Amino acid sequence: MDARTLNELRAMVDDRGLITSPEELHTYECDGLTNFRVMPRAVLLPASTEQVQKIVRVCHRERIPFVARGSGTGLSGGALPVANGIVISLARMNRILEVDFPNARAVVEPGVINLDVTARILYNEFFYAPDPSSQSICSIGGNVAENSGGAHCLKYGFTTTHVLGLEVVLPDGSLVHFGGKTLDAPGYDLAGVFVGSEGTLGIATKIILRIVKRPECVRTLLAAFPSTNEAGAAVSGIIAAGMLPAAIEMMDNLAIQAAEAAVHANYPNCGGLLLVELDGPVAEVETLMTHVNEICHSNGASEIRVAKSDAERALVWKGRKAAFAAMGRISPNYIVQDGVIPRTALPKVMSEIERLSQEAGLRVANVFHAGDGNLHPLVLYDRRVPGQEEAAEILSNNILELCIAAGGSITGEHGVGEDKKKMMSKMFAEPDLLTMQRVRSAFDPLQLSNPTKVFPTPRLCGEKPGEYAPHPLESAGLAERF
Amino acid sequence: MDAATQSPSTTLHSSLRYKLISFIGPEHVHAAAPADAIAGVQPKVIVSPGNEREVAEVLRLSNEAGLAVIPRGGATKLGWGNPPSRADLVLSTARLNEITEHAWADLTVSVEAGCTVQKLQETLAQHGQRLALDPLWPEKATVGGVLSANDSGALRLRFGALRDLIIGVTIALPDGTLASSGGKVVKNVAGYDLPKLAAGAFGTLGVITRAVFRLHPLPHLSRSFSIATAMAEETRRFIHTVQNSKLAHTALQARFETGAAPEVDVLFEGTEAGLRAQEAHLKELTEGAGVTEASPDIWNARHSLWSSLKPELTALAKFTVLPAEIERSMETIAKSASARHLEWDGVVQATGIGWLRLEGGAKDLCVSLLELREQFERRTGSLLVLHRPAAMLSIDAWGDAGDVLSLMKAVKQQLDPKNTLNPGRFVGGI
Repeated sequence: MDARTLNELRAMVDDRGLITSPEELHTYECDGLTNFRVMPRAVLLPASTEQVQKIVRVCHRERIPFVARGSGTGLSGGALPVANGIVISLARMNRILEVDFPNARAVVEPGVINLDVTARILYNEFFYAPDPSSQSICSIGGNVAENSGGAHCLKYGFTTTHVLGLEVVLPDGSLVHFGGKTLDAPGYDLAGVFVGSEGTLGIATKIILRIVKRPECVRTLLAAFPSTNEAGAAVSGIIAAGMLPAAIEMMDNLAIQAAEAAVHANYPNCGGLLLVELDGPVAEVETLMTHVNEICHSNGASEIRVAKSDAERALVWKGRKAAFAAMGRISPNYIVQDGVIPRTALPKVMSEIERLSQEAGLRVANVFHAGDGNLHPLVLYDRRVPGQEEAAEILSNNILELCIAAGGSITGEHGVGEDKKKMMSKMFAEPDLLTMQRVRSAFDPLQLSNPTKVFPTPRLCGEKPGEYAPHPLESAGLAERF
Repeated sequence: MDAATQSPSTTLHSSLRYKLISFIGPEHVHAAAPADAIAGVQPKVIVSPGNEREVAEVLRLSNEAGLAVIPRGGATKLGWGNPPSRADLVLSTARLNEITEHAWADLTVSVEAGCTVQKLQETLAQHGQRLALDPLWPEKATVGGVLSANDSGALRLRFGALRDLIIGVTIALPDGTLASSGGKVVKNVAGYDLPKLAAGAFGTLGVITRAVFRLHPLPHLSRSFSIATAMAEETRRFIHTVQNSKLAHTALQARFETGAAPEVDVLFEGTEAGLRAQEAHLKELTEGAGVTEASPDIWNARHSLWSSLKPELTALAKFTVLPAEIERSMETIAKSASARHLEWDGVVQATGIGWLRLEGGAKDLCVSLLELREQFERRTGSLLVLHRPAAMLSIDAWGDAGDVLSLMKAVKQQLDPKNTLNPGRFVGGI
């Protein structure tokens, strides 16, 4: 990018809107996955849709690749800059433009923090359902790019379920509107395609969200089992009994130990801990809670507790939310993995993970969204021991291959980004990937929007999964990443 | 029809026909009958491939030969949309009707596109599960057809549309590509979400050969309640009260017709204790004003609009409005229809999606439909014509696609560059 272009960009935004000094650019050289780092040429911080359009038009004219960025909490390197490209941060576009209670919609700019949406509407007993673990720091625009999930998507669905419309700046700078406040707009469901496309199809500048009435009551149960096998059997029992809890979470002993050390959640010390949350009308929830209790008992639970107060419930969740960051208490370094399996494959996959862990001589802690089979194995290692980092990376990849072999997925919510591009060809056949690329070409024929992500490209050096570095809020148990 | 007569019919009848017959067997290639016409456009041949590889090959051969292909499931909604600009070969999915895997403990099912919704639901019910969708004519409608037309009913309020239930898809593209996306697990963000692109694409991008769905448990019990509302304001208040309450209703709809007060229906699903409490809560909210237990048949109100249909005197439409403007939409309809001396009846759901039947003279129907579309579009809604008299086929079925039409055309161009699939039937001439 020449000085003339840079000046042209500078003129489009105010003084706060352009970053070019190397020390400030460092902030933007990676996202939550810190082992990939690329320095961008410049960071632009537009304050309006018009500014985003102007910037993108210049990128299009000059063939400059760009990467949109929200809060930078992503765990797959999705917001990693592209060499010689620019980063477009949406952090300054952070207004909640409209709350429409009668229609249960909110219209927000992409830089709005996830939890701020709920904070704004809580007084009227509404909430925004997708609750990615980083929800107190991550942005809605980032959630849209990654199709973020969270513990409660078991019942409420993912970001894509809750995005009804989008204003998007396409990679040629044109402005289009997908969907809207009403459902079933005539034509293709391009909002459905855009959500989860990891910034490769354009930049969302306005998002129409569905908001949800809060349930009458919420009940959270904690059950201690001898191992994850019994806990897994209890989950199957709950599903077979025709229940759809708001969340079902599982932790193995190593994860429990770490969470206890970090936030003293007062978890029972056991081999497999289950956390089941039901919500809805009181009479319904009480009836179903009795069933859940019986199912846990009959599957060998040694201890069952129901949180008696909001404070107890908050503590139960605090332990779960701090689980990733808590690994720092029991291991100097660790990799966070994000695989999905059909839930019934859990015992088999768990014993395979155990076998791989022993073969590699590395510990693996396990935290799951057990209801939907989303595993977050945490591979523990010590970088100071020669060879351990490489062994951890291999183990982490092998776990993903187990997930694929079990009929699952390489990512349930963290995205492909830079991190898992290589694994895409193990999950999808060539024609599948080429078809996705054809769709991409309709949006971005010049491949300027986050061009190097998601799809496998021939590379000189292999991609490697990265070490996890907790955000300070997470270590405090205030935010979580699932 | 010009384009159709220009298509290489001799090729179809000789070398291509020979290829098709030798490839999938003479018993699965038939000359089309007049009953196979699509909105008055007569195709030449009906082909029924036996597996997805064959679907892709039939498509590839047709595409090469420049034929227009009309994918067909149960043919229940074949008249929806605009008439095709060309139609040569009907590709029937009738033989792709297997439920390949019901992973009941994982709450998922993989099913071929030609399987009827009813057969699927019966299989799922053996394990106490369902696809949480109540589409039209489930005994005939196929998974592929329902997906392509994006049909949904009253259950949508609680469970979402097909876009929210589908987790994986395989489609055959006109160049013979068989492409899968999504997967077999509910939670999965690897790659583009093409199942959502296929849902509602009206068969214009590819032929759906297989789909994977997330499932829901069948309810323990369900109960329905109705309230007769005397006037629009009361309808609005009742819907608002229920929607704004902590009731966990599964469905909520308003039924309306010429010269009668609207009735509002509420569906609850759950345990016995839960349902008793919800009933009490509902009556408390409405101060007991005329809430009566209703037959579950009220949830067939949408189907009923098609009963005793007089093809030349009836128009049927799907419309969308803001959820808070349901009573307003009913008033808009009443005003427009009565001004043209039309009879009307319909049902509109709490999601803001409604279905409308108008009866009267073809010209009046036409005027009223266009007037209603204009009014709904002005308030961010839409109106999709599902049936109109043959004389009115030139009315565009879809309405305005907004500023995104050129991007939609670019997507079409990428996947079906020769305009082989369902040409002219979709939005904006796609």
